[in-house]
Amino acid sequence: MPLTPERLQDAYRQMLIIRKFEETIRSLYQQGKIRGSFHPCVGQEATAVGGCWALRKDDYLTCTYRGHGQAIAKGLNLQAAMAEMLGKETGCSKGKGGSMHFTDPSVGLLGANAIVAGGVPHAAGAALASQLQKKDNVAIAYFGEGAVNQGVFLESLNLAVIWKLPLILVCENNLYSEMSPSHETTSVVETYKRAAGFGFEAMQVDGNDIEAVYNAVEQAAARARAGGGPTYIEAMTYRLWGHMMGDPEIYRTKEEVAKAKENEPIVRCGKRLIELGCTDADLSRLDGEAEAIIAAALQFAESSSAPQPADAFTDVFI
Amino acid sequence: MSNITYAQALNEALREEMKVDSRVFLMGEDIGHHGGIFRVTKDLIDEFGADRVRDTPISESSFVGVGIGAAMVGLRPVVELLFMDFALVAADQIVNQAAKLRYMSGGTVSIPMVVRAQQGGGRGNGAQHSQSFETWLAQIPGLIIVAPSTPADAKGLLKSSIRAGNPVIFIEHKLLYNIKGDVPEGDYSIPIGKAEIKRDGRDITIVSYSRTLLFALEAAKTLAQKGIEAEVIDLRTIEPLDMNTILESVKGTGRLLVVHEAHSNCGLGAEIIARVYEQAPDTLIMPPRRLGAKHVPIPVAESLEDAVLPQPADIVNAVEAMF
Ligand SMILES: Cc1ncc(C[n+]2csc(CCOP(=O)(O)OP(=O)(O)O)c2C)c(N)n1
Ligand SMILES: [Mg+2]
Repeated sequence: MPLTPERLQDAYRQMLIIRKFEETIRSLYQQGKIRGSFHPCVGQEATAVGGCWALRKDDYLTCTYRGHGQAIAKGLNLQAAMAEMLGKETGCSKGKGGSMHFTDPSVGLLGANAIVAGGVPHAAGAALASQLQKKDNVAIAYFGEGAVNQGVFLESLNLAVIWKLPLILVCENNLYSEMSPSHETTSVVETYKRAAGFGFEAMQVDGNDIEAVYNAVEQAAARARAGGGPTYIEAMTYRLWGHMMGDPEIYRTKEEVAKAKENEPIVRCGKRLIELGCTDADLSRLDGEAEAIIAAALQFAESSSAPQPADAFTDVFI
Repeated sequence: MSNITYAQALNEALREEMKVDSRVFLMGEDIGHHGGIFRVTKDLIDEFGADRVRDTPISESSFVGVGIGAAMVGLRPVVELLFMDFALVAADQIVNQAAKLRYMSGGTVSIPMVVRAQQGGGRGNGAQHSQSFETWLAQIPGLIIVAPSTPADAKGLLKSSIRAGNPVIFIEHKLLYNIKGDVPEGDYSIPIGKAEIKRDGRDITIVSYSRTLLFALEAAKTLAQKGIEAEVIDLRTIEPLDMNTILESVKGTGRLLVVHEAHSNCGLGAEIIARVYEQAPDTLIMPPRRLGAKHVPIPVAESLEDAVLPQPADIVNAVEAMF
């Protein structure tokens, strides 16, 4: 299904929902209502929505601690996501998993992962299952460019190619791994070239252009469904906020961030919609809709109860 | 004496050892200009340069292994794992390699390497960022395991660990870094394998270490108000275990509680209790007890995490049940 102008409006609203979700969490965090770590995906909404919207609900997804956007774009219930952030019993993981472990298999979300590259082989495994069962669903794994130096990542690249798995790997290259510029830690910093070396169909796309991401993933999915094997998409993007709350961001300049803001995906998608005939009023209507959806999710989460201590001891085994 | 944080004490130990021993160098993620997520390596790059304060890719298995290789040929690497949980990514290098190479070579090579990592919960960091691994590392012959609870011990033990000449797993706790304490000026070290009595008492021996040691001291205060005087032993080193200090204390008190944040199941509590029964079968006048994390992964929500990890009140309750 192509990303028609009508659907692009919905996708724009979806990106706004994700942005506002993260903004809300930041404010909750600042009020001391959220424990643990929070790794915002602000600036990376196009990779999430472009990629996940090019797939079906029964396709599989694994992502990372920075994966709120992908989880939501794949269909994770927003109220359950917000409640999870607040550690409530109505959260998608009943308060057990938190920010870094959003999971909902009913929408194909096999889990966000807090171990760098930890989820990549899981997506490969889901792809293998689909292949073994002669189904046509595919698996997509999102990860940052820092993951490409992990052993399990490189081992999985090889497996995916020799087994011709229906797998799509999306590297969100936001130039930094925590506080390190990735060119200082990575031998071939254009990571898609590594994947090509392993035999992947591999490409680099503008990760802040939602249509470019969508088209790349849609083609990769079609290829994978037809038995054509795995694809590697390196989506160039930028993390507009720090690695996590409290990051002093000494590793980059304010000018660099300001410049990146001009190229950020929501602004760009808005411009594109105007080109396609939308009005400013249309855009603010979409913004208002997103706002209301987030407000409802927050209301739901805040009025939910904390889990009972005894709930800590359930869910270990089936 | 200077009053500094646990993180600053570690920083001093690294700085002082790097100054006097050019073989000492550091590796880890974001330890250079950033100074480490928990600031333990703060400013060291300015003094010692990027060669000796070396940022690594996110490749734990490789950089721990590189540490082993450098150690085998005479350097003294101190390798930082950002979270102890990531030790599992490097588990082969730690368990199959570092712990055994000296033995398998008939003593012809040695691995003077320290692997530092912070561990533990209490901050809602979730099941993959809150674990405590000392128990199963202690199961591996060939590893020394250290887990200080105070800034002074942290500094003195890190120095001893760097000088030890053997592989040392140096365990820090994420919620200890900002705790302040008095640290002696100048060069001093705390011996590996030596526990310390952090509070004298005649009624019960509480053995602990790392963050739960502070909980034990807190509980001891509450217990004192109720007329129970607890002796609190800080193990400081997990492997080798200082059984003498424990046995001496238990001989006086006749009661024993072991407290740790690591899971209770098959844990250090069981080990210590077994050794006390083996080595001094008649000293205990009450069945001993142990307290550790309950047998589930560490959850995020506060109500859940508090139910899983031992709390000061749990220590008080456990002790009272023994009287
Ligand atoms: C195995 C492992 N090592 C280290 C970490 C700590 N850590 C969390 S995020 C991160 C940086 C990852 O960078 P990148 O893959 O580029 O993703 P980004 O955070 O930029 O989205 C690191 C080192 C971890 N979670 N897992
Ligand atoms: Mg990155």
